[in-house]
Amino acid sequence: MSSNIMLQVENVTMQFGGVIAVDNLSIDVYEDEIVALIGPNGAGKTTTFNCITGVYEPTNGCIKYRGEVIVSNYPQGKMKKQYLGKNNGLYSKVINPTPDQITILGIARTFQNIRLFKNLSVFENVLIAKHLRAKQNVFTATFRLNYREERRMREECMALLEEQSLLNLKDAPAGSLPYGLQRRLEISRALATDPKLLLLDEPAAGMNPQETQELAEFIRQIKEKYKLTILLIEHHMDLVMQISERIYVQDFGKLIATGTPEEIQKNQRVIDAYLGVAEDAFA
Amino acid sequence: MDKKIKIIIYAALLVALFALLFILEQILPSYSMLFTVLKKGAIYALVAVSMNLLNGFTGLFSLGQAGFMLIGAYTYGIFTIPTEARSAVYQYFDGGIINFTVPVVVALVMAGVAAAIFAYIIGLPVLRLKSDYLAIATLGFAEIIRAVFQWKTLGPVTNGSNLLRLYPTFKSVLFPFAVSGICIAIIVLLINSSYGRAFKAIRDDEIAAEAMGINLAKHKRLAFTISSFFAGVGGALLAMYQTTIQASAFKSAMTYEILLIVVIGGLGSVTGSCISSFLFIAASEWWLRFLDETTYIGSFKVPLLNPGFRKVVFSIIIMIVVLFYRRGIMGNKEFSLDPIAKQFKKRYRRRKEVVGSNEQ
Repeated sequence: MSSNIMLQVENVTMQFGGVIAVDNLSIDVYEDEIVALIGPNGAGKTTTFNCITGVYEPTNGCIKYRGEVIVSNYPQGKMKKQYLGKNNGLYSKVINPTPDQITILGIARTFQNIRLFKNLSVFENVLIAKHLRAKQNVFTATFRLNYREERRMREECMALLEEQSLLNLKDAPAGSLPYGLQRRLEISRALATDPKLLLLDEPAAGMNPQETQELAEFIRQIKEKYKLTILLIEHHMDLVMQISERIYVQDFGKLIATGTPEEIQKNQRVIDAYLGVAEDAFA
Repeated sequence: MDKKIKIIIYAALLVALFALLFILEQILPSYSMLFTVLKKGAIYALVAVSMNLLNGFTGLFSLGQAGFMLIGAYTYGIFTIPTEARSAVYQYFDGGIINFTVPVVVALVMAGVAAAIFAYIIGLPVLRLKSDYLAIATLGFAEIIRAVFQWKTLGPVTNGSNLLRLYPTFKSVLFPFAVSGICIAIIVLLINSSYGRAFKAIRDDEIAAEAMGINLAKHKRLAFTISSFFAGVGGALLAMYQTTIQASAFKSAMTYEILLIVVIGGLGSVTGSCISSFLFIAASEWWLRFLDETTYIGSFKVPLLNPGFRKVVFSIIIMIVVLFYRRGIMGNKEFSLDPIAKQFKKRYRRRKEVVGSNEQ
């Protein structure tokens, strides 16, 4: 494990009205690592992802990517009075990028409920991901003055699809693919944006044990092949314990534990969060 | 089919189409209803395709088309009225303040550019809205533009609520076909480019498109501006066809007509828009004319055939079409020769087999 830090989530709080979805959360992800973020339903895991990728503006806190601040916010306006979280006043900069700017930096993501371009073909789905790195403009693209770049984009996508063994399906509408392949295509599409950091939101949702096993293998493969750092949200504990090097556990927005898979398995607070605690446990 | 052969076949078809139009013009009298339909159909096809770029390919439900056509029409008219005719046209405004003319082709491009500039400015605030709200905002814009262009203070430029006329027009049906054809070809090239794919991605799933690094605001504005550019050119062509321009003609009803063409043709199908635009114009202007005339068979007056009945029948036809073709005539597919070629090949092969079996 190299010590280069990839992603730092610092004291991020996300408050919706009176509800704190993410509460003063700090996560560090180092280069070349697979880190899992787990927690019971409604713990705020996906909200954390949405804060990192610019879908939401966090209410307070900052996020650094390779040491550079990419997201930063502090309670303002109406939130100034309503704010219930901690570390108020620690941050004074506002940086709220849109999701596309985050993707250009090299952070790609997949979605919990698969979000493919269902009417477009498998090939087009991957090809769209190449759009952001292209140097063309509307004029050159329309009049095919960029044909070299376009050809290169297409070749890269063909190569990617071949690697992911999706090539024989390249002209099929993405929506017609079976569920497992749709997952695979979504990850392939994210890979096509040339990411350094990949955020996977429940990649094994709805998969049976065997498919989950294949997925674990697949994630390891792409990590090696594309030199990725991976942060994933997952409910399948066998997958999490198998592939992740470190685990963060979130419950009711708060970070309740962090450590290696073995440490997490023994952690009483984690067990309580998942199984529930009897009313008189603290009595 | 080989790609080169395909291109040659399509080019040959195109040449054949223009040759056919040319021959028709030599044979038929120029006042024939066919030419009215062809001219207006070609113009509406361009406007419908430009609207389809927005509604069908980018998923932005905009109803501002008539407004942008109006801007295009006025820009064309204002800059092409011959200087000697200006005092007659701008009789209430001392001949207007613009005292030069530009060539027709330049004016057509200017018409598009003017519409595009307006679209860019309007797009900045309006494109933050989605679906119905965007439709209402753009519709409002079109209505405002119509009122502004009739404003007396702007009279020296727009001639107030009076007609613009005496500008160069076209006689041959080939002109609107050529201009529309070029414009539609450019739109098709755009749709099949990387940007077109980005537009389709936005239509299918905005959140995923954004996560793939597509800048939503930029691409939406781009689609809106380009669509309006071609709506402006279409407006200029319409002005040439009608020989006079009056702001009050560019009502929201015009936008609805175009929307109807787009929906009947199929959202997301360029050829669908073209086909349905000719069918629409032919049905509304030509084929159903007889329904408006009071007809006698012998001394028996055919009931219902009164002026206005045409519109009733027309509306019913549209309802039936929409009921049976839920996704439009073409859906989101394009017309292509491939299936026809396949059919031919199949038949050819079968015949070969039959011949072969006979020989045995």
